[in-house]
Amino acid sequence: MSAVRLLVGTRKGAFVLTSDGSRQSWQVEGPHFAGWEIYHLKGSPADPQRLYASQSSGWFGQLVQRSDDGGNTWAPVGSDFTYQGEAGTHPWYDGTLRPWEFTRIWHLEPSLDDPATVYAGAQDAALFRSTDSGQTWQEMVGLRGHPTAPSWQPGAGGLCLHTIIIGPDDPSRMFVAISAAGVFRSVDAGETWRPANHGLSSEGVLPDPDADVGHCVHRIALHPSRPDVLFMQKHWDVMRSDDAGNFWYDVGEGLPSDFGFCIDVHAHEPETVYVVPITSDSLHYPPEGKLRVYRSRTGGHEWEPLTNGLPQQNCYVNVYRDAMAVDSLDPCGVYFGTTGGQVYASADAGDSWAAVVRDLPAVLSVEAQTLP
Amino acid sequence: MSSLVRVRLPAQLRILAGVGPEVVLEVNGPVTQRLVLGALEQQYPLLVGTIRDRNTAKRRPFIRFFSGEADLSNEAPDSLLPEAVARGAEMFVVVGAMAGG
Repeated sequence: MSAVRLLVGTRKGAFVLTSDGSRQSWQVEGPHFAGWEIYHLKGSPADPQRLYASQSSGWFGQLVQRSDDGGNTWAPVGSDFTYQGEAGTHPWYDGTLRPWEFTRIWHLEPSLDDPATVYAGAQDAALFRSTDSGQTWQEMVGLRGHPTAPSWQPGAGGLCLHTIIIGPDDPSRMFVAISAAGVFRSVDAGETWRPANHGLSSEGVLPDPDADVGHCVHRIALHPSRPDVLFMQKHWDVMRSDDAGNFWYDVGEGLPSDFGFCIDVHAHEPETVYVVPITSDSLHYPPEGKLRVYRSRTGGHEWEPLTNGLPQQNCYVNVYRDAMAVDSLDPCGVYFGTTGGQVYASADAGDSWAAVVRDLPAVLSVEAQTLP
Repeated sequence: MSSLVRVRLPAQLRILAGVGPEVVLEVNGPVTQRLVLGALEQQYPLLVGTIRDRNTAKRRPFIRFFSGEADLSNEAPDSLLPEAVARGAEMFVVVGAMAGG
């Protein structure tokens, strides 16, 4: 019988939640790396027992941990994320120029077909790759070498590369998203990059709302069967592209707020998309204190609130950009974690929800693995 | 000339390095912060980057160094540590500073 394993990163450690395919009863293991911030954990699609975790601390810096047995045991691997060449500068919040400086890894994206290859998205924004199971890391310099890089400015959470997508049909095509620079696309396996932000508008955020770069993209997602169709939760606006990021258009009509962080796509229905609306950029909690996942079964053209099992009063949590995931069972399982420490699960594609666990530290990331 | 220097690490780094409350390091040369931390990192490579920046060797902002009742955090890395540290009577204490939750 199939099983599901959730990899949950929190402010104070990592947790591994497992269930059989019914997804009704969950075992919780952790905290792993207690006291450390775990921005992200992810399993290799090529070897689900191979997991990578980003472990960081304001005190002690960055570590990367690897498990080869599905999270039962872990060992630290390499954590030297040294920028290549001249560090260069980018504008800081106060308008001064600041040297590029490594702070942490926000996101780890294992290769689709090689368990030893994994990509890492850094703050300050840069893309690193390891081809030796995390022992050593090399910056993919084409991204930070883009001519616009000296103009990239940090969002409130820092200048972070938080999303990495490897083309499911063509691994030489990659997308990354940076707050607050926007989406960049590579068609040569990460050697060179071009902005892919046409159609985005950041009125009141950027002096030129339609600028090529500078947009605070919070998350992008795609369905493996349609690699040209991308969905985006931007700082404000929920967007869609039908041509691999050449042009984006707004599909947020009908949401109570089009501000938010996470977005994901149903495992079997490429036109079914999930978001969690958040009130605004200054009010990082759900509108009206009601925690609602919104689902569109029409690729963003109509939206319906999903509330069954979710708190509908006095709820003031946030759901971060990497804290939503889907499994590949049928019906599709949908999961998200909150800053209040709840991890909610739906075993019926969002129709009903239940808290798997309620009192974890603030959840930073959730990944779902579907196991045989 | 070598000295045996006693070092105490914060709990998180003890777990990471797999050590107890105190480690003893052989320091060859003058007992300075730089050489003590160098000996520590040589013996426990997992600690590289956790106490001082791996490239600049500057103390990480939320790390402090104490010995006895003195805060040595802002002493020059090549200054001699107190004689009591050099002869093992006092520990060189690496502290995660009070900051955040």
